[in-house]
Amino acid sequence: MEHLRLNGAYWGLTTLDVLGKLGAVDQDKVVSWIMQCQHESGGFGGNIGHDPHVLYTLSAIQVLALFDKIDVLDVEKVANYIASLQNEDGSFAGDIWGEVDTRFSYIAICSLALLHRLDKINVEKAVNYIVSCKNLDGGFGCTPGAESHAGQIFCCVGALAITGSLHHVDKDLLGWWLCERQVKSGGLNGRPEKLPDVENGGISDRPDDAVDVFHTYFGVAGLSLLEYPGLKAIDPAYALPVDVVNRIFLGK
Amino acid sequence: MHGIPRKALTEEEQGASSLKSTKLRDLQSQVLHFHHNKIYTKEAIEISAKLLESNPEHYTGWNYRKLAVQYRLNRRFITALKKIPDEEELQYTTDMIYDNFSNYSAWHNRSVLLSNLMEKGGNRYDKENVLGEEYEFVRNALFTDPDDQSGWFYHLWLLDQTLKQEPVFLSSWPPNGSNLYLSLDGRLKGQQSLPILHFQSKARKFPLVLYFSEAVEGVSSSTVTVEYQDGDTLLWTPLSANNFGFSQAWLTYLKFPDEVPSSEALPVKVTIAHFPGITSSSGMPCSQSCHISFSVCVTSDDQEHSEVQSSHRISWKEENFKARATQSLEANLLHSFSKLEITKENKPSTPKWSMEIISTEIAHCRELLSTTNCKIGKLTLARLLMAHKTLISYGSPGDGTEVHYEDILALYQDLMKMDPAHICYYEDDYSLVLLKQLTSNIESLLKRCDRYQEFSSPSTNPYLCVRLNGLSLSRIGSTEHLLWVQMLDLSHNKLRSIEGLETLQLLSCLKLSHNRLCSFTSLEPLKKLKYLEVLDISHNEIGAHSIDTRRYLCSSPLTHAVGGDWYFQKFVDGDVKLNNHWDAYLLFKDLNLVQLEMIGNAVGDERFKAFLLKLMPELKWLDGEKCR
Repeated sequence: MEHLRLNGAYWGLTTLDVLGKLGAVDQDKVVSWIMQCQHESGGFGGNIGHDPHVLYTLSAIQVLALFDKIDVLDVEKVANYIASLQNEDGSFAGDIWGEVDTRFSYIAICSLALLHRLDKINVEKAVNYIVSCKNLDGGFGCTPGAESHAGQIFCCVGALAITGSLHHVDKDLLGWWLCERQVKSGGLNGRPEKLPDVENGGISDRPDDAVDVFHTYFGVAGLSLLEYPGLKAIDPAYALPVDVVNRIFLGK
Repeated sequence: MHGIPRKALTEEEQGASSLKSTKLRDLQSQVLHFHHNKIYTKEAIEISAKLLESNPEHYTGWNYRKLAVQYRLNRRFITALKKIPDEEELQYTTDMIYDNFSNYSAWHNRSVLLSNLMEKGGNRYDKENVLGEEYEFVRNALFTDPDDQSGWFYHLWLLDQTLKQEPVFLSSWPPNGSNLYLSLDGRLKGQQSLPILHFQSKARKFPLVLYFSEAVEGVSSSTVTVEYQDGDTLLWTPLSANNFGFSQAWLTYLKFPDEVPSSEALPVKVTIAHFPGITSSSGMPCSQSCHISFSVCVTSDDQEHSEVQSSHRISWKEENFKARATQSLEANLLHSFSKLEITKENKPSTPKWSMEIISTEIAHCRELLSTTNCKIGKLTLARLLMAHKTLISYGSPGDGTEVHYEDILALYQDLMKMDPAHICYYEDDYSLVLLKQLTSNIESLLKRCDRYQEFSSPSTNPYLCVRLNGLSLSRIGSTEHLLWVQMLDLSHNKLRSIEGLETLQLLSCLKLSHNRLCSFTSLEPLKKLKYLEVLDISHNEIGAHSIDTRRYLCSSPLTHAVGGDWYFQKFVDGDVKLNNHWDAYLLFKDLNLVQLEMIGNAVGDERFKAFLLKLMPELKWLDGEKCR
């Protein structure tokens, strides 16, 4: 999984922060490694020497946000990279190769919002494109007409939340669809287990499967949203701890 | 990452695994080297193939290959986009659906295609024929497998299309045909002939609210003309909780001119949709224009009386409420309510086939439910019965049957028992139906109106309070019938949201105690209530949750909302403990309360209370105590 190490950093470090243990990490080392993943275009690759893509660019910004170190970035450069990927119809490509997906719309909007540079894109068109991906069941797909999928729904709803456009969502209809994802056992995906011991524990995609940092992150984030005791609150739109988001948008 | 069983690796397996990783890392660094140095030899490309075989998600590897292929073959790909006519696509979706009913994409694509075809018009695709056929088509799917939801979602879409019509003006405040008395000081005077048409305003200003059947945009001085003494251009604002431009209720202010003597009543005539431009969010124009007229005059007041009025506190004690006592009051209320109803000319015209379709669907739905007890079938029946009632209220000719609100409410109660996973959804729908029932006629609404008079201060004037407490309401609706309300009791309900209250512009006393309000952000609609003075939010859950589920449903710097000043840091004065109260700041800075109750929530220490006093300079009573 070398190619997505930057994502892994985001998953692991955000989980640690939600558990209140971010201090255990060598902040400077992480920051300097992240900066080495930056490409000359301004975007970030999944690891050192890898091609830039918005997927990793967002993770880079998010990790820097955790450490309150967004100022090490040449914000203009990164923002321009992201903004350059917006198409005429408001959609976003993931990189220079042009694949379009609403995930990339979310990434662009989330990244630019964290950098306070949302004005670099045409927000209205971006929102309209996302709304064009809305389906009969109230959900969203990766492109117009594509079937609703929980991951895409998170991205679309998150992007609409950040841009103050949640009125486009039929909350009742979509709420119904999302509740239907819950199975009889109570789980959605990645059923959380008890967390007695942070160093040795972890969460898998389903019971008795191998653990990994990806599902550990989503399990812990889910627990936080369900107000599990002892966890920091996580922001549902930026997928970062609430105190980090508050610091960026409400503080200073 | 997915579906890999958890087991401890043996020493042999560990060895093999680390060997594999080393090999992969080696391949990777080779490919990265080729990529950065633009080396596109045949051997290099073969090595990239090995890497991608082991790790097909290595996106940089794929990028390298794309460049290599371009370089070596020097080919340009021409994509020919064939335009397939919609009709062929439609047949395609039909085939797909017959193949497998559980085909969300096919149903969805079908709805998109049909929207286009119906819009283009033509004989073959007129709405009545198309919808009739589609209902029959989807019925096969529903009867074959009632528990599969894809067909039901399509059915819901068909229902929307059947009921879709032009937006229409429903009600206003001041109501059509009324005489409004503006008092410049002091509160409501219950003894006057029409208490609901008595309004206190120091600046001789009063609101004019227009309420439509659905959210519209384009209400402005170009589309709505107001003939009134003062010839100024009026500014209309949408009364939605978020300011995005579409709203069911619209507001402007009129001012009673200073130079006109108190005794004179000024006529006001409002023509709605005088010119085209008002459209619904689904693009339908409001083409039917209508008039309302009322008159306004100013009453002179007792200066002394007003002093007494403003210093006493509303205790909301049960003993202070009396059922509407006097006969004259009842008669007057009845008189004014009849004027609140929309007149025949205003009613939207619905085609006859709409009612026919609804009746047929109700019959089919009941037939289905007689053999299977499926939750979504029951939910659909409840929706169909509500649609039936809506069509009747819009003047549609009946089909010989009458639908009772009790039956619809009973269906929702059944659903709450059989499908607890969706209980919140059903509670919301139940609340809306219940409120429709309560406001559907004058008698039932009157039963909910009590006179309120403070026992300890008998000299003060009574209020007229609408009591919607203890009804298990989780949502607010039917506000078009409540635009006149000044005192409202919504305590002891299940409200998590108060969306809809922003349309009740005259509210001055509001009781929301003993509900499920979890955050200050959920109270955002109150910011639109300029006359609100007395607020009781005690015994809710504010501050008791680590997660604020309404955080993105209110306007704040987090949602990049424009407008409004943000001087939070200035108010907080460096007091770090208050850093988390940005949501309280956003709310209370726009409220000008005289009395506030918030005991029984998880916020409210001394520091916080001092903060509130700074934000609301007019506040006199906080949690029952005089605070200045």
